[in-house]
Amino acid sequence: MLEKALYGSKRYWAWIIFLLSIIGVGFISYLYQFKMGLGITGMSRDVSWGFYISQFTFLVGVAASGVMVVLPYYLHHFKAFARITVLGEFLAISAVIMCMLFIFVDMGQPLRVLNVILHPTPNSVMFYDMLVLSGYLVLNVLVGWTVLGAEKKGVSYPAWVKPLIYLSIAWAPSIHTVTAFLYAGIPGRHFWMTAIMAARFLASAFSGGPALLILLALIVRKYTKFDPGTEAIQALGKIVTYCMFANVFFLGLEFFTAFYSQIPGHMHSFVYLYAGLHGFGKLVPLMWLSSILSIVALVMLVFPNIRKNETLLAIACVCVFVALWIDKGFGLIVGGFVPNTFEKVTEYWPTIPETLITLAIWSIGFLVLTVLYKVAIEVKEEAVYDKYGKKQIQG
Amino acid sequence: MSINRRDFLKIAGVSAFMSLGGVSVIQQLWDTNVEAAQISPDPRTLTGKRWGIAIDMSKFKTESDYKALSDACHSIHNVPVINNPNHEIKWIWPETFEHAFPGQEDEYLTDSVKHLPFPLLCNHCENPPCVRVCPTQATFKRSDGIVMMDMHRCIGCRFCMAACPFGARSFNFIDPRPYIKEQNKEFPTRTKGVVEKCTLCYERLAKGNIPACVEASKGAMVFGDLADPNSDIRKVLGTRYSIRRKAELGTKPSIYYLI
Repeated sequence: MLEKALYGSKRYWAWIIFLLSIIGVGFISYLYQFKMGLGITGMSRDVSWGFYISQFTFLVGVAASGVMVVLPYYLHHFKAFARITVLGEFLAISAVIMCMLFIFVDMGQPLRVLNVILHPTPNSVMFYDMLVLSGYLVLNVLVGWTVLGAEKKGVSYPAWVKPLIYLSIAWAPSIHTVTAFLYAGIPGRHFWMTAIMAARFLASAFSGGPALLILLALIVRKYTKFDPGTEAIQALGKIVTYCMFANVFFLGLEFFTAFYSQIPGHMHSFVYLYAGLHGFGKLVPLMWLSSILSIVALVMLVFPNIRKNETLLAIACVCVFVALWIDKGFGLIVGGFVPNTFEKVTEYWPTIPETLITLAIWSIGFLVLTVLYKVAIEVKEEAVYDKYGKKQIQG
Repeated sequence: MSINRRDFLKIAGVSAFMSLGGVSVIQQLWDTNVEAAQISPDPRTLTGKRWGIAIDMSKFKTESDYKALSDACHSIHNVPVINNPNHEIKWIWPETFEHAFPGQEDEYLTDSVKHLPFPLLCNHCENPPCVRVCPTQATFKRSDGIVMMDMHRCIGCRFCMAACPFGARSFNFIDPRPYIKEQNKEFPTRTKGVVEKCTLCYERLAKGNIPACVEASKGAMVFGDLADPNSDIRKVLGTRYSIRRKAELGTKPSIYYLI
């Protein structure tokens, strides 16, 4: 099926070349980092994780969110998702690949990466993170590819896929729970030491991921003949709405505990992020932007009439995605390190090479996604009718 | 013996898994006694069950008293002098009371304590979070209580730096070698991309010497086995009031400060 990605329109190739050029620039930046060390990034002794790890954290959520289409379809036979489950699974594949690359570029000694397997350490959450992420990648490749292959042949998927699908449904929340445990179990970092971290992670993942999927579905419908289906998009819209409310509610719980208890350690990071601490406040405008976008998105999403307008839904989804990216893909990780263990403030801001490497990995993700979506969409265009006999192409 | 395609694929699959590290995973999960480094026994070796240090703050008067400690330690351990605080490496260094013991400060604290620098180093915790989180056992606890580093195994993920509540760990953001003033050929230098910290002078203990900082402190620091009730450190802890950094976190630091 992969051969379908080898020919396409001029626009398709222009997009591929655009992504490849960003990847090229990022690769050169990475060679520079490989030679010089992580000193070329904005990270420091005090803020020892930065953009790379925060992108990783955010993208594990995007990967996990694939379950939001897989579960309703395979467990509840929600027919509208029949067409788009593969879009969710392929999004998960590209997100997991980005996660792995972000971990890799964050390593001080990348050539020693196999030490994690050579010296497996069951008491380290990172060991489990490696296991669950690789497992999730394999599951999604197997399930997504096999089911799509069956659709291409016009037959139903083989029976052995079913247990893997059920496994992947249980697996998806586990990858993000384990990622939350990277943070939620370490003493002395008050901002992360919160039992609700995993729940927050899942809520933000299950709103941010489907928001991205809605945008992708709208793009697919605009530029290809394949129609992901209005009902599917609207159902995703409801998922985004509920999960975004849960996410904001959970964040509110954090604020309550920190500020009603008045325990300084629990308040400091929030103060740093939203108001600035000891005169340092690089992240303040971003965090407020995130808050405003969250509120705008919620107001738009809560009214069914606004949500039903796909243009407005798309705007709300962009707001959700950007708000969550700032909150989780930046503030959450950096905030945990400020103030440091001596209650001093060292600020973090990514450097240019660090940003280029980050952009390149996102581009690799989009490249993988483009190729996979190209294959999936061609298959669907050829099939003409979906599993339930409804026409899945436009016109 | 004939073999059908299905069986062949099964065997090929299992072999591929085993060759890709599966054997190692299985073996390692079974054998729990692996240590990343082992020291050869030497009759002079100081042995103990839980090494600790008591630091007598009343004996620190001038800046040179602190400098003596870090000079002694940093010179023999090839700790680079990097002026950029973001990339700084430090094994033992002074920090004022409010930063060494955040949350313990008090607005009416006497000036002598408020501005008194405390020598900080790795606490060699009995229950070290850094060891718990390390994905490769590059940092591990020895049977004598020292929290050790294997800088050849460290992959530079910096999870230990996030986990350490004491800021005791430094990461080599850049190649440290050009920043070493005078290299001690007896002790290894480090490469970029690995984490390092105080190792309680394991190499000196192996030859029967006490840690370099303790020696340089001229009696202001007492080194000994916390598990031995007759050790000097236990005697001084039994008679003087002492505090530990962030004891409430349950890591059980082995560095005590006598007030």
